[in-house]
Amino acid sequence: MMPATFSLTRNARGLLVFVDAQGTVHEGAVPVRAFPITAPDEGLSLVSPDGHELLWIADLADLSDTHRPLIAEALAAREFMPVIQRIVSVSSFATPSTWTVETDRGSSTFVLKGEEDIRRLAPPNLLVSDSHGIHYLIRDASQLDKASRKLLDRFF
Amino acid sequence: MTRTASVSSPLLPLLSGAWREEVVQHLEPNTVLLAAFEPDLDAALHFASGIVVLAQKQLLTHQAGSDVWQSWILSPSMTLDYHDHAGVGSLALCENGVLFAEWRYTLGQNPAALKLQAAFNQQVEQLAHTHTAHAAPTPLAEEDPEDDLAPPTPPSTWTLFRLWRFARPYQGQLLIGFVLTLLSTAATLVPPYLTMPLMDKVLIPYQNGAPLDFWQVGTYLSGLLGAGLVAWSLGWAKTYILALVSERIGADLRTTTYEHLLQLSLEYFGGKRTGDLMARIGSETDRICVFLSLHLLDFATDVLMIIMTSAILFSINHWLALATLLPLPFIAWMIHVVRDKLRHGFEKIDRIWSEVTNVLADTVPGIRVVKAFAQETREANRFREANRHNLAVNDKVNKVWSLFSPTVTLLTEMGLLVVWAFGIWLVSDDQITVGVLTAFLAYISRFYTRLDSMSRIVSVTQKAAAGAKRIFDILDHVSSVPEAKNPTHLTHVEGRIELKNVGFRYGNRAVTRGININIAPGEMVGLVGHSGSGKSTLVNLICRFYDVADGAILVDGVDIRQLPVAEYRRHIGLVLQEPFLFFGTIADNIAYGKPDATRAEIMAAARAAHAHEFILRLPHGYDSLVGERGQALSGGERQRISIARALLINPRILIMDEATASVDTETEKEIQKALDNLVQGRTTIAIAHRLSTLRRADRLVVLDRGQVEEEGTHDALMAKQGAYYRLYQAQARRTESDFAPDAE
Repeated sequence: MMPATFSLTRNARGLLVFVDAQGTVHEGAVPVRAFPITAPDEGLSLVSPDGHELLWIADLADLSDTHRPLIAEALAAREFMPVIQRIVSVSSFATPSTWTVETDRGSSTFVLKGEEDIRRLAPPNLLVSDSHGIHYLIRDASQLDKASRKLLDRFF
Repeated sequence: MTRTASVSSPLLPLLSGAWREEVVQHLEPNTVLLAAFEPDLDAALHFASGIVVLAQKQLLTHQAGSDVWQSWILSPSMTLDYHDHAGVGSLALCENGVLFAEWRYTLGQNPAALKLQAAFNQQVEQLAHTHTAHAAPTPLAEEDPEDDLAPPTPPSTWTLFRLWRFARPYQGQLLIGFVLTLLSTAATLVPPYLTMPLMDKVLIPYQNGAPLDFWQVGTYLSGLLGAGLVAWSLGWAKTYILALVSERIGADLRTTTYEHLLQLSLEYFGGKRTGDLMARIGSETDRICVFLSLHLLDFATDVLMIIMTSAILFSINHWLALATLLPLPFIAWMIHVVRDKLRHGFEKIDRIWSEVTNVLADTVPGIRVVKAFAQETREANRFREANRHNLAVNDKVNKVWSLFSPTVTLLTEMGLLVVWAFGIWLVSDDQITVGVLTAFLAYISRFYTRLDSMSRIVSVTQKAAAGAKRIFDILDHVSSVPEAKNPTHLTHVEGRIELKNVGFRYGNRAVTRGININIAPGEMVGLVGHSGSGKSTLVNLICRFYDVADGAILVDGVDIRQLPVAEYRRHIGLVLQEPFLFFGTIADNIAYGKPDATRAEIMAAARAAHAHEFILRLPHGYDSLVGERGQALSGGERQRISIARALLINPRILIMDEATASVDTETEKEIQKALDNLVQGRTTIAIAHRLSTLRRADRLVVLDRGQVEEEGTHDALMAKQGAYYRLYQAQARRTESDFAPDAE
């Protein structure tokens, strides 16, 4: 249940400031999704900088109109898992291979170190980790266009 | 462009072309460019390109996704804060708690960003200290060469040629094998040649009424027999020699791969599954071996045969030879078409196959959990699913593959038809004799059967190339814990350990940052903190299972990266939470780090580890088999054996990673006694969740989220009432509630 009284603001440093019912001030609170891939909209937690849960938000819609945009903004600035929508080209079918992809966050290139960096994660999701450890998501390989599927097929 | 000359920096040429001119336009004249980096994400974390450049007094930026240039004059109260999360780094420019700008980037840009931050801090510090003295700014060195990862260059079918490295030691045998192949192939070509005179000089004259010349018939027939015998003995010799060689190449390949694998850092093993590695070293090397001894040999023989046959055919009649060879390009083309499809299919089969073995490798070690939660059906389904996947992919490949061979046979028949038709016409035209036609048909039927089998080389080569690729994937993997080029040797280790500004990142997560700890020789230091606070990471770094990302770890004043890895680790004794026993006797397990230890030494170590008595209670004493399929030992007993193992090598540095975490309090006391023996006179780093275990520690280091939070003795930290105090109180409360089960 959402506590009745708390306040959430953004300070000049750009950090979220959470004041709980007891009046304790937590600067630098961070919103975290509980199931970022399988159920991104169900369950968020506002976590203090030292890792303690300050507030459990079962649904973003439960928040007031002043708080919701703050949380949403903070999430947008924090969460980074581009969803691959199209595989434009791959430099080779053997790894390491440089992939050029179109994602929901614009087009990008990355280096796939090995085939084992493509992992099945809560099917039909595929998680692709690049050489820097950045995770790309493929929501459902069968929903990609034919050319992308063919390219992906050579790796996974 | 006069202003171009006024901005100087070795960095300028490193900026990408589009930015260079604009940067020069916007910078103050007569400045030195100190650092630059190109953030590749905008505020909403979409890919976009921007730039930040640092000059002596100015920070200039073009934010990704915007179209204005912004510039700030540096002031001493400015800070540039670094933060990273889930693969995204950010730099925030703040002054007195007010955010001016924030840049976000993917971690690929991280080295450049950190350099910019370092240069920024240096400049700001200079501003703070000296307003007047114009300390000449030192432009940062250009990109370190190690930052530039080698461009990814993947192997292809040519991978197979890399196997030459393993074939080189057997050059001599290979040459003999080749000569034998040449000779035996030549011998098999003699019989069809003899059909020509047999037909023209014996059979046809006889049919036309001439008497049989038995002498002549005898000569030809013995020629046939002789050729057959020679071909047989040469064929035997070549197969034998080449099989010997290929077995040896296979064995070398396996051994080399395994040796290389053992040299790789823990990081590599962390990302691999056991089943997959086992498949690579086991079945892939075998596949390559079979390929070399069987398929490649056959193929070489076939090629020789085709070349020789065509030479003979052309020498007899070039028109007919031409007609005979006509279908060859068609078959070659067909092979080429199917080649790609099959290769890709076989690679997929390989991957699916390791998926099948991975299910096994996952389930068998966890069988107790599977049974306890009654999930046998679910695991069986998982296996069935993997198998079904395997079948589906196989079916798809087989569809192409099964069409392939009959088509080649059909083409062969067509080729024969062409020869028959053209031959009959030539005979009717009196250009060739019946004998020549017979010889042609005899040759070409062999010839085409070989083409048929040659077409099989496509798939086996692809399979072998895929296998070789997977093997070279391992062999090409450079250990992320590289041996020093000019190693320093420590003759005697004191055991002083210094951690200087140590940072480490696992994947995209910064695990530890800026850790400074000094440990004197013989001191016992306890590492304390919540799980995930970086204690084990620190131990892994000290053991050099991984290399630090930033900073350095010094032992006796020498960077551990300067020491030969194996030599360095000989000075470290490690006792882990889950002691691992290898299959073998207890004595073997204790002597694992020092295989030449005497029985007396082994027993002394066991006594010191308080293991001697329980070992004697076992039916075979020190000769009892333990490990997988061996004698069942309790957790405490296994732990004491692993303590004896560490004691035996008499290390100067001792590391205990939760050595008593998995045993009950009673056993812990036993182990604790053993540990007390072990710790004496050694530099000890102990991690323990139960704070009571660390009562003997000279000093405690409290870690929190990868950073040192507190440091001091138990009493000092308790008096301070900080993080340690809270941890201790929390644990004491928990212990109390353990003893009062009906509270609540």
